[in-house]
Amino acid sequence: SQKISKTRWRPLPAAALQPPDLFATGSWDNEDNRLAVWGVGDLGNVGLSGEYQGEPQLLCDIRHDGDVMDMQFLDEERIVVASSTGTVTIFRHHQNNQTLSVNQRWEKAHYHVNQDASCGGAACTGVICNNPEIVTVGEDGRINLFRADQKDPVRTIDNADSSTLHAVTFLRITEILTVNSIGQLKIWDLRQQRNEPSQIFSLTGDRVPLHCVDRHPNQQHIVATGGQDGMLSIWDIRQGTMPVSLLNAHEAEMWEVHFHPSNPDHLFTCSEDGSLWHWDTSTDISDKPSFLHQGGRSTTYFSHTTMNQSVVSAWLSNDPTKDRMEITNLIPNQTLSVNSLDVLGPCLVYGTDAEAIYVSRQLFA
Amino acid sequence: PSQVVPGADPSARQLCFAWGPAEVMVCETLFGRRGGSPSRGEAEPGRALLPGALTGCVAGSGEGEPSSSRLFVVRKDQDIYIQTWRKLFNEAHGIFVGLQRSEEELAGKSRKAQLVQVSKNYRSVIRACMEDMHQASISAQDPALQSQYSTQVSILSAMELIWNLCEILFVEAAAAGPLLLRLLDWVRLHVCDVDNMVREVLSSENPTKHELFWNVVNVFVLQGRMDEARHLLSKEASANPTSLNMYKILDDLMKKMPVHSLSNTQTLTEMELKWQHWHEECQRYLQDGTFASNPHMESICKILLGDEDAILQKKELMTTWYHFLVTRLLYSHPTVKPMELQFYAQSSLDLFLGGESSPEPLDAILMAAFEFEMHQVIKECSIALSNWWFVAHLTDLLDHCKLLQSHNLYFGSNMREFLLLEYASGLFSHHSLWQLGVDYFDHCPKYGRVYLELHTERIPLNTEQKALKVLRICEQRQMHEQVRSICKIMAMKALRNNRLGSALSWSIRAKDAAFATLISDRFLKDYCERGCFSDLDLIDNLGPSMLLSDRLTFLGKYREFHRLYGEKRFSEAAKLLLMLMTAHIAPCSFWMTLLMDALPLLEQKEVIFSAEQTYELMRCLEDLTAGKSDKQKLQDDDVKSTKVEMLRLALARNLARVIVKEGTLEGS
Repeated sequence: SQKISKTRWRPLPAAALQPPDLFATGSWDNEDNRLAVWGVGDLGNVGLSGEYQGEPQLLCDIRHDGDVMDMQFLDEERIVVASSTGTVTIFRHHQNNQTLSVNQRWEKAHYHVNQDASCGGAACTGVICNNPEIVTVGEDGRINLFRADQKDPVRTIDNADSSTLHAVTFLRITEILTVNSIGQLKIWDLRQQRNEPSQIFSLTGDRVPLHCVDRHPNQQHIVATGGQDGMLSIWDIRQGTMPVSLLNAHEAEMWEVHFHPSNPDHLFTCSEDGSLWHWDTSTDISDKPSFLHQGGRSTTYFSHTTMNQSVVSAWLSNDPTKDRMEITNLIPNQTLSVNSLDVLGPCLVYGTDAEAIYVSRQLFA
Repeated sequence: PSQVVPGADPSARQLCFAWGPAEVMVCETLFGRRGGSPSRGEAEPGRALLPGALTGCVAGSGEGEPSSSRLFVVRKDQDIYIQTWRKLFNEAHGIFVGLQRSEEELAGKSRKAQLVQVSKNYRSVIRACMEDMHQASISAQDPALQSQYSTQVSILSAMELIWNLCEILFVEAAAAGPLLLRLLDWVRLHVCDVDNMVREVLSSENPTKHELFWNVVNVFVLQGRMDEARHLLSKEASANPTSLNMYKILDDLMKKMPVHSLSNTQTLTEMELKWQHWHEECQRYLQDGTFASNPHMESICKILLGDEDAILQKKELMTTWYHFLVTRLLYSHPTVKPMELQFYAQSSLDLFLGGESSPEPLDAILMAAFEFEMHQVIKECSIALSNWWFVAHLTDLLDHCKLLQSHNLYFGSNMREFLLLEYASGLFSHHSLWQLGVDYFDHCPKYGRVYLELHTERIPLNTEQKALKVLRICEQRQMHEQVRSICKIMAMKALRNNRLGSALSWSIRAKDAAFATLISDRFLKDYCERGCFSDLDLIDNLGPSMLLSDRLTFLGKYREFHRLYGEKRFSEAAKLLLMLMTAHIAPCSFWMTLLMDALPLLEQKEVIFSAEQTYELMRCLEDLTAGKSDKQKLQDDDVKSTKVEMLRLALARNLARVIVKEGTLEGS
């Protein structure tokens, strides 16, 4: 057992109906850090109460140099891992014989140039991929754009930020969004050759560092960020340079924020204070037919109209705390930091500094 | 536990020691061993022995010829480094924190139930860890590793055995009656050497014909598992119709044996009366020779009567003296009171060992528990076990049971705190488990904070994320000194990596004015060299933190001047520039640069500086040049004097223009 820094579900093929069955974890702060792949078995294990019964099974693991700072599945068998040594590695998970191997590696993708002109690796803090493109950010304030099959970076923006970049996400195919340690949100257009952000948003006043960022899966202008003071900020990047709403949440650093990928009325956040919150804005529209599991074209029109009334107003309304949002803490009596979480379908997985991994398979019971 | 440091030889060299927070350094000196008797602390001559709870583990030793001095690093608490134990530490941490938070308001019974539950939780964690270790030892290929694992399993099982006994005697404090039931459970749970035999017999085709059949029956009787024994006997009886009557009588006796049950409300006297009656009945059957024809059954009857010799004959089936003790109590003193335990325990130990072997540490610990010598138990455990985990958690639990309050050590605070501090210090010496130690220190009222302060300063900070975590720990506890030092370390690191922006952010977070000044100077120096600012996104967004140091204020304002200038808001820019000098915000060394910045403003087509402002500028220039002695002036190169000349010219021209302009404006 090791302290868990990241947990990620393996993505499912688009047509799949069954819940995810594999996830990967990364550890930190060990002499010997590991990347591990776990299986959670079949649905048959779910008891009548809906609680997941079986324990996750360790399928395979591999040594990882340095702390796992961030990771993401590139596709169903490749995982991109960011290391505190500045190296970015793609691991391949061989399903037939359950092994992991290194597929591609960029040594010292992030680095510092010391005063005596020698290079030292700088921690790579965030990675996001949109197959085949991979974007990484680091403590050196650098942004790298890689392609999974190319040895050299496609594009590097040195000194993209004067402070540490903490996280990155894709806004559109050609635009990325970064958050940094002085409370700024920057949009970068990768088509432009200028090494400057196309837009900067910032929190007012206190320059509270932002640690995580996620974009609304359907409405690309809605962005959620989490900061050092545990505050959840919702931004509308179409207008203004300030967050639309600031929600008091955790008591310490918010390490991750995730919109539910197929059910974006739900948001999940976890924090250093050992709590994991489920934010639910769907409560007052629950009587309407659900458009969230839309499958065919016939419902699309319908979903479009309801979205304007409910979802948009749910996250962007000026006073979301009053009656629309239901917030539940999913972990009672937790003491040590929850470093990472991931949601997919009805499943949630999270990892903590208490060296424990938890899986919940019935989020919306 | 004391342990030999391998390789260190005080008979050849004199050794010296240096004590650290978690490690001890032992090094060989140049001095040879002078003649004389070896010091008394040594068990065997020629070996270095570290007393107390230091467990030797050489982390590194110098290489080279034998003559060169070697250095040993001896770590505390070796068990911390065992992989499989990490689960134990983590789970126990959760239980520990839960226990500290639990409400003490719960009165009497419910509080006791709560504490017993906590104790059971601890035990189940030990059991789970044991299970893992057992699996590991089975799957291990390497025999050395395998034996290492099985040693760990036996240590864990001993720990669980002791804990369980302490739970019965101290935490639950079972009264006469239930006490024996608890002890029986305890024996059944832990004497598992015979379980294999039982399983083998029961799974055989015809158990009654098995050569170990009577052994199994005896095991059941000795452990008080009457129903199982009767079940087996009934099988045997049906195979021997001739002696059916004999079996029936024995079966009847076993059935009738009065047992204290937790639910019924009979008093001890009632129970004793019934038991006396039953005892006499057994006695009668034995004396009239009912079982004389079958030695097995006769011996069982003797056991039922509590005959010590008969029980002792089954020594191999009990394997331990405490099993013997419990069996003996079951059949001769079923209503034993807690305080009487020690007499029976001591005599059982003596009888069982029969002077053949001497008691081991585990025996001493259990004996101390039977004697209700809690401190002795903890002391013996500290010596015998190679970790602090056990004693620290047990002592804490007993302390919550309010059993240890009168006891104060002549050093430190009290025993609970002392042990917790030792354990947590061990955790802090681990590269990854240090986070758990924090909560333990939090619950040490007297020295916890000091320990935490000393230890947090020694956590290596490899990444910003780790630094943030440590910082959060310090901030939550208002450890300002440590917060400052961490930020300073991070700022220094960033500076060394040429990350001025990061360095500035860290020093602003630490409110470290001196360092902010230093970094601001670096920014200004870079500007002078390159003619442009780096890290604009940071400097433009300083906000109120700009006021941290004068130099930082200047940096922010100077950048603002550039922005105003860039936006062609000349008069505002000019005003700001002048203010920077007249209000003495700018350092003197920078004045020349500022005046040169004024030059383009002076040369603009429209007049920007008013007459008054121009006078101010001229005074600034004179202040700058007049302050220096003639000697310095000579040293100033031509460039500088040209600059001064240029400025004077520009100022004069501007003054001329402004006088004309202001004159005409007033005139018109």
